[in-house]
Amino acid sequence: MKFSRIGSIAAVAVAATIVLSSCASNEAAAPSDSNSAAALTGTLAGIGSSAQGTAQTNWIKNFQTENPDVTINYDPQGSGAGRTAFISGAADFAGSDAALKDEELSGTFGKCAPDSKAIDLPVYISPIAIAYNVDGLTDLKLDADTVAGIFKGTIKTWNDKAITALNPDATLPSAKITVVHRSDDSGTTQNFAQWVSANAPTVWDAEATQTYPYKVGDAAKGTSGVADAVKSSPNSITYIDDSAAGDFGKAQLKVGDAFSTISAEGAAAVVAKSPLVEGRETNDLAINIDRKNTEANAWPLVLVSYLITCQTYTDPAVGTLVKAYAGYVASADGQTAAATAAKSAPLSTDLSSKVAAAIATIK
Amino acid sequence: MTAASAGTMTNSLTTGRLPKGTIWMLLLGSWALLALVFLFVQLAGGTTTFNLVGAIFLGTILFDILVFVISYLVEGVRRAKDRLVTSLVTTAFIVALLPLISLLYTVVLNGFARMIEPGFFSSSMRNVTDSGGGVLHAIVGTVEITAFATLISVPIGLLTSVYLVEYGRGVLARTITFLVDVMTGIPSIVAGLFALALFVLLTGQAGYRSGFGGSIALAVLMIPVVVRSSEEILKLVPNELREASYALGVPKWLTILKIVVPTSIAGITTGITLAIARVIGETAPLLIVAGFTSSMNYDLFKDRMMTLSVFAYDQYANQGPNSADYLNRAWAAALTLILIVMALNLIARLIARFFSPKLGR
Amino acid sequence: MTTPPFTLPKRKTTVRLGDRIFSSSTIVAGSIILAVLAAVTLFLIAQSIPALVAKQGTLPGITTNFWDYVGPLVFGTLWAALLALLISTPIAIGVALFISHYAPRRVAQVLGYIVDLLAAVPSVVFGLWGAKVLAPTIQPFYEWLNTNVGWFPLFSGDVTGTGRTILTVAIVLGVMVLPIMTAVCREIFLQAPRLHEEAALALGATRWEMIQMAVLPFARPGIISAVMLGLGRALGETLVVAMVLSPAAVVSFLVLTSQNPNTIAGNIALQYPEAFGLGVNTLIATGLILFVITFIVNAIARYVVNRRKAFSGAN
Repeated sequence: MKFSRIGSIAAVAVAATIVLSSCASNEAAAPSDSNSAAALTGTLAGIGSSAQGTAQTNWIKNFQTENPDVTINYDPQGSGAGRTAFISGAADFAGSDAALKDEELSGTFGKCAPDSKAIDLPVYISPIAIAYNVDGLTDLKLDADTVAGIFKGTIKTWNDKAITALNPDATLPSAKITVVHRSDDSGTTQNFAQWVSANAPTVWDAEATQTYPYKVGDAAKGTSGVADAVKSSPNSITYIDDSAAGDFGKAQLKVGDAFSTISAEGAAAVVAKSPLVEGRETNDLAINIDRKNTEANAWPLVLVSYLITCQTYTDPAVGTLVKAYAGYVASADGQTAAATAAKSAPLSTDLSSKVAAAIATIK
Repeated sequence: MTAASAGTMTNSLTTGRLPKGTIWMLLLGSWALLALVFLFVQLAGGTTTFNLVGAIFLGTILFDILVFVISYLVEGVRRAKDRLVTSLVTTAFIVALLPLISLLYTVVLNGFARMIEPGFFSSSMRNVTDSGGGVLHAIVGTVEITAFATLISVPIGLLTSVYLVEYGRGVLARTITFLVDVMTGIPSIVAGLFALALFVLLTGQAGYRSGFGGSIALAVLMIPVVVRSSEEILKLVPNELREASYALGVPKWLTILKIVVPTSIAGITTGITLAIARVIGETAPLLIVAGFTSSMNYDLFKDRMMTLSVFAYDQYANQGPNSADYLNRAWAAALTLILIVMALNLIARLIARFFSPKLGR
Repeated sequence: MTTPPFTLPKRKTTVRLGDRIFSSSTIVAGSIILAVLAAVTLFLIAQSIPALVAKQGTLPGITTNFWDYVGPLVFGTLWAALLALLISTPIAIGVALFISHYAPRRVAQVLGYIVDLLAAVPSVVFGLWGAKVLAPTIQPFYEWLNTNVGWFPLFSGDVTGTGRTILTVAIVLGVMVLPIMTAVCREIFLQAPRLHEEAALALGATRWEMIQMAVLPFARPGIISAVMLGLGRALGETLVVAMVLSPAAVVSFLVLTSQNPNTIAGNIALQYPEAFGLGVNTLIATGLILFVITFIVNAIARYVVNRRKAFSGAN
């Protein structure tokens, strides 16, 4: 008995040693000797928007491959958590689906030099789809009033007059519409609500916030929860980030007088034409999205996600690192990587140069 | 027969008995009957697929009723009650197993293929976006964080339960008993927020994240479970054993260490394993205080650490466009976690067997 | 010179050093628990105060005051936990009895092992299973219940399209707390005095009568403990509720609709990521309320246990 006791302790110890001494096969064992004298080193922590999650993973991968001595961790906890963490100094940068609010800007920021403020850099533009799961329905056209009606619960069945009027050729079931929306507060909900309330103000009478305003339909957590719910319930409809809309049918929306199909280009075009929020510092590029853009093929149902950094960091080393990373993110390479991986819309040339100029001033 | 059981006092010695095997025939019969019913429903177009779960569930309930009625007619009310409870208990077991088997089946089905792919146990997620990658970083994090949480909570929990059972009298003991119950109700996410606030306060860094903070959060959740389960077990040690020990002149503390604890060691290890199991799969508090990383980190006291449950959750919640890669990793990580706990359970059983005195049963 | 005061010779054997060290270390351990709990309470209260004293309409996302916000959540928390326990308690006792007194011994050991193992399935897996497997599977059954048993008040209302109702959550929670409740009950049942059981059987009792007379009275406090453990987990479970439930800010007893009352813990998990400023305080304040609820529920349970004074070997 004594022996087996010692034996089992030894076995545990051996197992522990094996686990602890092993190294992940995909990680370099020793810091690689870089030729460049100005090689970047260090660890950055970012917290924020889950919408950016996929894009951030890809950016981080490419940036870390380029600079093997750098580790960047991005927690896709959520925009609010990201801004809160950034303000308190818990994160070196934040990702947020909404620009910093005025009351947040009036305060101080943990990682920033005392007289410096944080800046919003738009880096991720993503179209939001109106996705549905109806058997046999491949082509659905909706206008803002109808969308508002469906999501407010006033249009209850698929063969409602409002829908059939817009889709005379489609075969619409008489089934009840199952509306699926986000149960957690989210930037996607806010952007969706902003678009509906701007275009169908008579129907959608609620304020556009991150919380879904009406007691209608089923709610699910996060983009993946919504996607699961729609996938498993026939005759359902939702608003969802295009990257997760996968095999669902995607409705065409009436923009101006014509119907436009969801596209990254259409989304980018809307953002490119939108004015900046006024009264901000020169390098703060918060965008006031023009939800009423009526150009052909425009897609004004779009989410813009920001990278929030300090203008000047207290620790210059962090500043250098953030500057390099943000520079990559906003570069053509970074934007293409995100577009491939997350179906986002690359920044327009004009906006991209503005962002680059702002990043160049980060210290 | 019916007249007899209604009129005179029934006696289990004189009433008839069901022939052996009747019960099993009944069970199979009612399953078959319900299967037939569901088959008809399916053929009639009521359902698209054969409802096996429904057939087993309803068949078992039909069986419960049949057993009671038949046994009541043949054997009288006392035996009928006994048979009813037997079949109900068995039903409970089957009902409990259905969702659990469904759950395990789902996890194994979705996770096993991915888990045995090369590299899953030997690489981290650094620089992995689509396929590939592994959970080594998460395994290391899970093991270190949970081990440290156990190291904190087992001594505190065990000593407290010893206090409550052997020493505690009066207000302090009553307060602790009560507060331990309250502590079991701390929502895990609050424990995480608390641990984070504590460390931010202690270190002065707003960005503090470490595996150690996760251990503290888990310990807060774990201690009450350890106390609660081991207290119940210690209470059940017969007083005769203690008195016999005192009578031999053994001091109280030695009596506790050598008599009371070893007698109940099997129950205590079960309790501790349950407590570990309770916290090893925690996600919300670790997400808050231990953070999130896709690279290796062996240092419990510095920087972010990944754990398997956070990993599984993250892979589910933040799927890229090729969601299958992410979901497979999530299920595989969940399966790995279950396997780790299974191994822990085995070890605990072995320990219990080595230490516990040999008793009948 | 005065004579030194007279002292009684101390008997060495009464208080041994080992005893003193051991007993004080157990007290220290107990006190640590008190300290931790006090710290958690302090933290909760300190963080809640800004939300509790905030003026009407200043809390982000809340039009009225904090209490109107937390009301439906309190209801949802209790309702979900109650449903979960209604499902799991009888089953847990049944399974524990099956393992301890019905199944053959060899089988019982294996079964006990399986149940312990299931206690270890992480909550995120229960969440995944509930959202991806259970909800879609059970939705047609809900429709059937709604059409055919809709006269029963709980099953009326507008039936869900996705199956993500509070009943689904309760089932998942019930399954989730089942292993831990079963494990505790089983250990208690196994400890029931063998002699009493054999005596009952020898007097001609059926197995059920034996269990009624010799096992259940002995195990009652243990069963209540097991239920309390299950309740604690069901009240505080975060991720499963967040992943499975389709919540709305309502007070509703209907269990088959899409508009379900949310639980406090689930709501924290859902809203914390996007909360900022006072919103964070509000969520922590709801956490404080949950804490108070747990406190009250436990006080009631303790009172019940104490009224039926337990049999205990150490009494």
